[in-house]
Amino acid sequence: MKPRSEIHSPEPSRRGFLKGAAAVATTLVAPGIFLYKTGQAAATLDSQARWGLLIDSNALTEADVDACVTACQREHGWQVEDGSETDAQWVRKVKLEDRATGHRIFLPMMCQHCENPPCVDVCPTGASFKRADGIVLVNKHTCIGCRYCMMACPYKARSFIHENLKDQLPVAPRGKGTVESCTLCVHRIDRDGANAVPACAEAVNRADAKAILFGDLNDPQSEISLRLRELGGTRLRADMGLNPGVRYQGL
Amino acid sequence: MQAPIQYAEVKTSSARYWGLLLVLAVIALMGVAGAHHMDVEGHHVSGMTNQIVWGLPHVFAIFLIVAASGALNIASLASVFAKQAYKPLARFSAILSIALLVGGLAILLLDLGRPERLIVAMTHYNFKSIFAWNIILYTGFVVIVMAYLWLMMERRMQRWSKPAGLIAFVWRLVLTTGTGSIFGFLVARESYDSALLAPMFIIMSFTFGLAILILLLMLSFSLDRRELDVSHLQRLRKLLGIFTASVFYFVVVFHLTKLYGTQNHGFESFILMDGGIYTFLFWFIQIGLGNLLPLALIYAPQLQNSGKSLVSACLLVIVGAFAQLYIIIVGGQAYPLNIFPGYIVESSFYDGVVNSYAPSPWELMLGCGGITAALLIALLALRVLPIMPTALSAEAQ
Repeated sequence: MKPRSEIHSPEPSRRGFLKGAAAVATTLVAPGIFLYKTGQAAATLDSQARWGLLIDSNALTEADVDACVTACQREHGWQVEDGSETDAQWVRKVKLEDRATGHRIFLPMMCQHCENPPCVDVCPTGASFKRADGIVLVNKHTCIGCRYCMMACPYKARSFIHENLKDQLPVAPRGKGTVESCTLCVHRIDRDGANAVPACAEAVNRADAKAILFGDLNDPQSEISLRLRELGGTRLRADMGLNPGVRYQGL
Repeated sequence: MQAPIQYAEVKTSSARYWGLLLVLAVIALMGVAGAHHMDVEGHHVSGMTNQIVWGLPHVFAIFLIVAASGALNIASLASVFAKQAYKPLARFSAILSIALLVGGLAILLLDLGRPERLIVAMTHYNFKSIFAWNIILYTGFVVIVMAYLWLMMERRMQRWSKPAGLIAFVWRLVLTTGTGSIFGFLVARESYDSALLAPMFIIMSFTFGLAILILLLMLSFSLDRRELDVSHLQRLRKLLGIFTASVFYFVVVFHLTKLYGTQNHGFESFILMDGGIYTFLFWFIQIGLGNLLPLALIYAPQLQNSGKSLVSACLLVIVGAFAQLYIIIVGGQAYPLNIFPGYIVESSFYDGVVNSYAPSPWELMLGCGGITAALLIALLALRVLPIMPTALSAEAQ
C-alpha cells in the first residue's frame, strides 16, 4: 500500500517525503510496540476477568477473622494502635448480632470492589479507579487527599493516612496524606492470575474448606461462580445497585 | 435624571483601620501556620479521623464559599433585575464575593492531604465528579466576577456590565447548586442524599452572604465616616428577613421529608432528639439564635430604625450558619452508616456507633485564617479601588 501522503501529492515534496517515511515507519514499528504492550499486559491484567471474593461467615470463627486481619497487616505493612481513630484499617473484624434472634456472626469487612464504585465517581482527579479486571484501587501519585471517596463509600472501606509512615513494604506503597484501601492483594493476582490467593483467604482456608473463596465472577465455571450459583450470596447494600465483587454467605 | 454615583477609595489612615488589618493579617498567618503543622505532622494532629473525615476546616470553607455566591446578590439585583437602589453597592458586592471565595478555597486547599498537588487537581479531571466540576465552577466564578467588576468600573464598558451580570448570576446559581450537591449526591449516607440540599444551599448563600455584606458595609462606612442613610439599611434589613425565613422554611421541609420515610427515623431522632451536641446546636443555635431571634430583631416594630438590632441580627445569622453547617457536615458523618440493617454492629473501625469529633486548635486556626484572609482582601480592595459610594444618602435613592 502507498503511504497516505503520496496519494495526495503527485510530486512529493520534502515535507511529503518525511510524512511518508513517518507513515512507513509507523506501519512497520507500531504493530511491534502494540504486540509488546499487549503481551506485557496479558501477563499482568486479565481484562476478561472480574475478581471477587465469596466470604462464608458461617465457616468463620472470631479467631479466623482475626487471622484475616493479621494476615493483611503482615502482607501490606499496616497496623492499628488500640483505640486509634486515625490508623488505617484495610480490613476489619465486624461482629454482628441479629436484633430479632440474637444470632451472632463475625465477618471480615474490606473494600467491596464494586462494579459501579461511588469512590471512583466522586474522585475529582481520577486517582480512585477501577481496573479492567474489577479491582478498585487508588493511584497514590494523583490522590490529593480530599477524602471525598471516604464520604461516598457506603462500606466505610477507605482510610486516610494521618501520619508519617515507616517500614513500608514494596508490594504496598503507601503515602501520608492519601487514601488507601484493600487492593484484593493485586500484587498476588498480577503474579498468579486465577491461581492467586489473597492474604486474608490464605490465612483461613484449609484444604477441605475455603471460608474465603477468591475467583473470577465472570467465568461461569470458576469455583466461586459455581458456589454462588448453588448456594447464593449476599451483596451488602444491594439496594444501591453497586454490584460489589465481594459477596457474603450466612447473613 | 439621577446624578451619577460617586465612588471613592476608603480614605483613612486611622490606627483603627491599620490595627484591624494587622489583627486580620496575624490571624491569617496563624491559619497558614496551622495548615503547615497539619501538613508536616499529618492530619492526626487535627481532630479529624477516618470516621469524621471532614471537620472544622470544611465548615469554615463551605461557609465562605456559600456566602461568597450570596454576597454577589446585591450586584445581581442591580444588573439583572434592574433594581437601581442596589446599584451603588454592586461593586462592593462583587469584590466581596471574590474575597470570600478565595478565603474559602484557601482553607479547602490547605486542608488537603497533599496540598502541593494542586497542579494535579487542575490538570486531571474526572468529569463525573461533582468536586471536579466545582474546581471549574470556582475558578470560573473568580474570572467572571472580576470581568464583571471591571465592566462595571470602566465607564466606557458599562453597557456590557448587564450581560456580564447575567452570566455571573447564572454561574453563581450553578456554583451553589454544585456546593450543595457535594452533599446531596452522597447517596450512601442517610444524612445527605437529598436533592433539596442544592436549593437549600442557594437560599443559605443569600442569607449568609447578605449578613456579611451588611456588616462590612457598616464597618467600612464608619471607617472614613461616610454618610449611610437608614433607608438603605432598611432595604437590606427586609431582604435579610425574607432570606432568613426562607432558610427556616427549607430546613423544615428537609427534616419533614426525612421524617416521613421510616428508614430515616434513626437519623432524624439523632439530630432532633438524642444527638447531644448536634441536637443542642440544631434547636438552640441554628433555629433559636440563627433563625428565630434574627427574625424577631428584624421585624420587631420598635427596632425598625435600630442599627444595633441589624448588626445583632447579622451576627446571629452568621452564628446560626456555622451551627447549621457543623450539623450538616460533622453531624452527618457522626451518624453511623447503616451497612447491616437489622443487626447490632460492632468493630474496631467504629461501625454502628456515633462517631466522636473534637476539633483541634490547628484546624480552628486554619478556619479562622481563611475568614480573616477574605476580610483582608476585601478591606485592602476597598482602600485601593473606588468600590464604595462616597455616600448613601436619602436623596441618592
